[in-house]
Amino acid sequence: MDEVLVECAHMSCAYNSTLAIKNIDLTVRKGDFIGIVGPSGSGKTTLLKAILGSISPVEGHVTKKPQLRMGYVPQVETVDWNFPVTVLEVVVMTRSSTGHLPRVTKDERTDALLVLERLGLGGLENRHIRELSGGQQQRVFVARALFHQPELLVLDEPTSGVDVRTRHEVLHLLADLHDEGVSIILSTHDLNGLAAHLPRLVCLNSEIIADGSPVEVLTPEVLEQTFGAPMGVLIHGGMPVVVDGVGADIAKRMSRLD
Amino acid sequence: MSFVFAGLLTPFRYEFFNNGIIVATIAGALCGLLGVFVVLRGMSYIGHGLSHAVFGGAAASAVMNVNYFVGAGVWGVASGVIIGRIARRRLIGADAAIGVVTTASFALGLALLNRYGQAKKSIEAVLFGSVLGVQTIDIVAVSAVAILSVIVVVALYRAFLFATFDPEVAQVSGVRVAWIEALLMGLLSLTILVTMRVIGTLLISALLVIPASVARMLTNSFARMLWISPVIGAVSAFTGMYLSYFLDTSASATIILTGTLMFIVVYAATGLRGRTRISGLHHI
Ligand SMILES: Nc1ncnc2c1ncn2[C@@H]1O[C@H](COP(=O)(O)OP(=O)(O)OP(=O)(O)O)[C@@H](O)[C@H]1O
Ligand SMILES: [Mg+2]
Repeated sequence: MDEVLVECAHMSCAYNSTLAIKNIDLTVRKGDFIGIVGPSGSGKTTLLKAILGSISPVEGHVTKKPQLRMGYVPQVETVDWNFPVTVLEVVVMTRSSTGHLPRVTKDERTDALLVLERLGLGGLENRHIRELSGGQQQRVFVARALFHQPELLVLDEPTSGVDVRTRHEVLHLLADLHDEGVSIILSTHDLNGLAAHLPRLVCLNSEIIADGSPVEVLTPEVLEQTFGAPMGVLIHGGMPVVVDGVGADIAKRMSRLD
Repeated sequence: MSFVFAGLLTPFRYEFFNNGIIVATIAGALCGLLGVFVVLRGMSYIGHGLSHAVFGGAAASAVMNVNYFVGAGVWGVASGVIIGRIARRRLIGADAAIGVVTTASFALGLALLNRYGQAKKSIEAVLFGSVLGVQTIDIVAVSAVAILSVIVVVALYRAFLFATFDPEVAQVSGVRVAWIEALLMGLLSLTILVTMRVIGTLLISALLVIPASVARMLTNSFARMLWISPVIGAVSAFTGMYLSYFLDTSASATIILTGTLMFIVVYAATGLRGRTRISGLHHI
């Protein structure tokens, strides 16, 4: 078995004494590539933050490999896009323990530009973060996380609000990083576009409903229990494709209206 | 011609004016520097609250015959750190709690001055500031706090930037966010303490907000804001103080009005760009 990076045992987390997630048992090992799926408010962000250590559990515990280097890519909705920082400033920000002065050193600059280049953000280093497209904004924060050379990359909804092409680019990038040995855990709403391609999925709805490969986890029973809505699953080329259970019915009603 | 020139220089013939304009200019720069953090973190209510809390300490130390800097200093730094703590936890009603505590401190100070203070005049001086009472110790104090603030902000630049932009990720990346925040609150309290005698309780929070907002309209870079804002603060303080001599108006009010005028000019000149840049600032 591969080395354990993070282990959550019987973990519960709360905001103002209301439990957001409860009784979570989850082990992240080196080489993992995990997707967390679940409806809005199911606790995906909370779980990722507990793994990062920015919130502490009220019950149970999280143990981490000592000195584990993690990179975090926040949900874009939570970023203050008006804050006066350029792309380069965001990327080098994480080196606050070594870099003290406002000046970006030559080495830092070279390293940062390499990361930006790799993410297709070459030439944008002096742009204000708001003057970018949604996909570019997303990748700036991936760049910041990578600049830190993480062993575990934590991404909160990395493909929300981006088009199909950008989503493919993000997927390819993550696959490349995974090949290079970076372990990844991410949350997503995109069952077919992202989750179904990952080796391991965790279905979350305050509690873990299921944990396994897409074929094991993406079943009508598990999905209904997770999302509280009827869903169908087709198998297409050996891969599960989730279809909205309400589709046919709604279409019939809509067409009757006109 | 030389007559007009000599006329323009008259105020500088008075020592009290020279002391006052030195303190005011340094105070403007200092408030401009720390105001960057106040504005970007949307905590202008903290500047307001702190100045009211320090007023209580100032009044108490006057009544008890304790040195102003010692009495108000201890009181101010203590309330600064406590306010920072309350605000950080983001509890429901944190704003209200801060408001109640600092207003109570203010009211207590007022009552103490009414009951035991000398005259109405001293109350007015604390509320609106006064150039007349400025002493060498004020120049020393404001310079010391300014130098300290510059050293701290430059030496811990990245940590300050990270903790301001993204406290949660900063925390997990090894920045001691709580410590940085306490440091910032401490510096803010000290700033209010050393500038209050000139600017007055009621107008300090404006001096913390206006230069930084003007700087924000002028640039998209945090690093540049950190020097533009102090320059604007210093220029408005110097100009306002100078004009107040001729207009025979309150120095602090004239300083704030000068700053406001700069705000309006920059707002108009930068147009839509400036407006979108400050649209994201909370509570200015
Ligand atoms: N700062 C907070 N204070 C109070 N409650 C919170 C806070 N953040 C989240 N919650 C609550 O905790 C629960 C889980 O929220 P979380 O953000 O983890 O969900 P999520 O799965 O990430 O949702 P989304 O898909 O919309 O991002 C929700 O009920 C939410 O209302
Ligand atoms: Mg979320």
